[in-house]
Amino acid sequence: MTEIFEKLVSYLHYPFVRYALIVGVLIALCSSLLGVTLVLKRFSFIGDGLSHVAFGAMAIAAILNFTNDMPFVMVVTIICAVLLLRTGQNTKIKGDAAVAMISVGALAIGYLLMNIFSTSSNLSGDVCSTLFGSTSILTLTKSEVYICAALSVIVVAVFILFYNKIFAVTFDENFAIATGTKASAYNLCIAVIVAVIIVLAMNLVGSLLISALVIFPALSAMRLFKSFKSVTICSAVLSVVCSLSGILISILFGTPVGSTIVAVQIAAFAVFYILGLIIGGAKK
Amino acid sequence: MAQLKCENLTLGYDSKIILRDLNFSVNSGDYLCIVGENGSGKSTLMKTILGLQSAVSGKVLFGDGLKANEIGYLPQQTVVQKDFPASVREIVISGCQGRCGLRPFYNKEEKQIAADSMEKMEITHLAGRCYQELSGGQQQRVLLARALCATRKMLLLDEPVSGLDPKVTAEMYGLIEKLNSSDGITIIMISHDISAAIKYASHILHIGDKIFFGTKQEYLKSEAGKIFASDAGGENK
Repeated sequence: MTEIFEKLVSYLHYPFVRYALIVGVLIALCSSLLGVTLVLKRFSFIGDGLSHVAFGAMAIAAILNFTNDMPFVMVVTIICAVLLLRTGQNTKIKGDAAVAMISVGALAIGYLLMNIFSTSSNLSGDVCSTLFGSTSILTLTKSEVYICAALSVIVVAVFILFYNKIFAVTFDENFAIATGTKASAYNLCIAVIVAVIIVLAMNLVGSLLISALVIFPALSAMRLFKSFKSVTICSAVLSVVCSLSGILISILFGTPVGSTIVAVQIAAFAVFYILGLIIGGAKK
Repeated sequence: MAQLKCENLTLGYDSKIILRDLNFSVNSGDYLCIVGENGSGKSTLMKTILGLQSAVSGKVLFGDGLKANEIGYLPQQTVVQKDFPASVREIVISGCQGRCGLRPFYNKEEKQIAADSMEKMEITHLAGRCYQELSGGQQQRVLLARALCATRKMLLLDEPVSGLDPKVTAEMYGLIEKLNSSDGITIIMISHDISAAIKYASHILHIGDKIFFGTKQEYLKSEAGKIFASDAGGENK
């Protein structure tokens, strides 16, 4: 045990390990906050869809030789998020179908463009690392950490300030509109936050595993807790704990970061599910 | 001036017109029942009054100190709400959201309004409970308490008793009746339950092929009323 601990301490002397931990925790916190809302709005897969959009946007940015692709990717993803979430319940193409369409479409176009225009010799390696975020969290620069921290603070602040409104709009959109809440404005706000979180999270776990970060903590928390506030707090705490331990495990044992975090999330979900059954059974 | 007045209202979806030239007005303290067959435009009318949907032509006018966002609304339950993790208190106080404007948190006054509404609906003891674990009748009370947070003047109820058993239905009607008579809240209710409409309402709006609007007594004498009243046994699900 002490051996592992010493190994950990020695790793923590490296700045890139500290950066990875900081960014990992911040992203986990942000993504879990909106997870509850997204799961309840039946938009569990939006994380997946939007991350594929971000992937497509990255491919385009790479072709156009942008040195800093973050702003471009961010704008494209935000636009897609707004289009998806804005229309809510009254669309012709329902939420899940729209998400699936955009997700698959963007993935295909992104890969196609990369294939046609790529200058890199290791194409499948590039695609793989974008999708699975295999290394990028360990190669963060100081400025990226600052950007990520600033955006996370903004996301958390916006979420706390609009918490009651987000609840009202998620629970009953029509009632909220009828009693004078500007539901479309708050839906827009939710969409923008979601897009920001997803672009941030791509650094951590890559496109494919973002959904896990968004939905697992919320679903686990919903097994045990029954009020909106407790579910939100629990999923935030759970998400941070899982990401932290996931990153540490992956550093210690050399496993891929993203998949390790998700594996920890799955384990946590199993524990919560069983606890939920036991407590639910005890009540009846 | 009436609290709510609809002038030459024509309603529809997309380009399809459902209802033409609707005229009626609601005064403070009235109890209006809107009846009619499925697909006759009851829900569309309600959405138009609430401002969720715009009318094809005609106007909805508010008067007597009532503003468009001061109508309390009891919607039919949506799928989302069935497994929504929320406590009763959280849901009831969300009815105050319209009062907040941009202010992020609820103040003391709003918390008091929520507490009073729960008291009125006799659900204070359920405040900490989870909404999805309540019975159908209790859930309706919670949503009604939320609607009360949004208004002191007018309530719009969309089939408030659908899916409830006869005993709970009677309790629900009793609560609504009390809000109307002792708190002076104007009630507009969509209902399939003609016999209850005749029992409790002061005015009836019957929409369909023929539109009827008038007091209950006039309705019972009218042709539409006679047909409906004789069917009432069968309609009364």
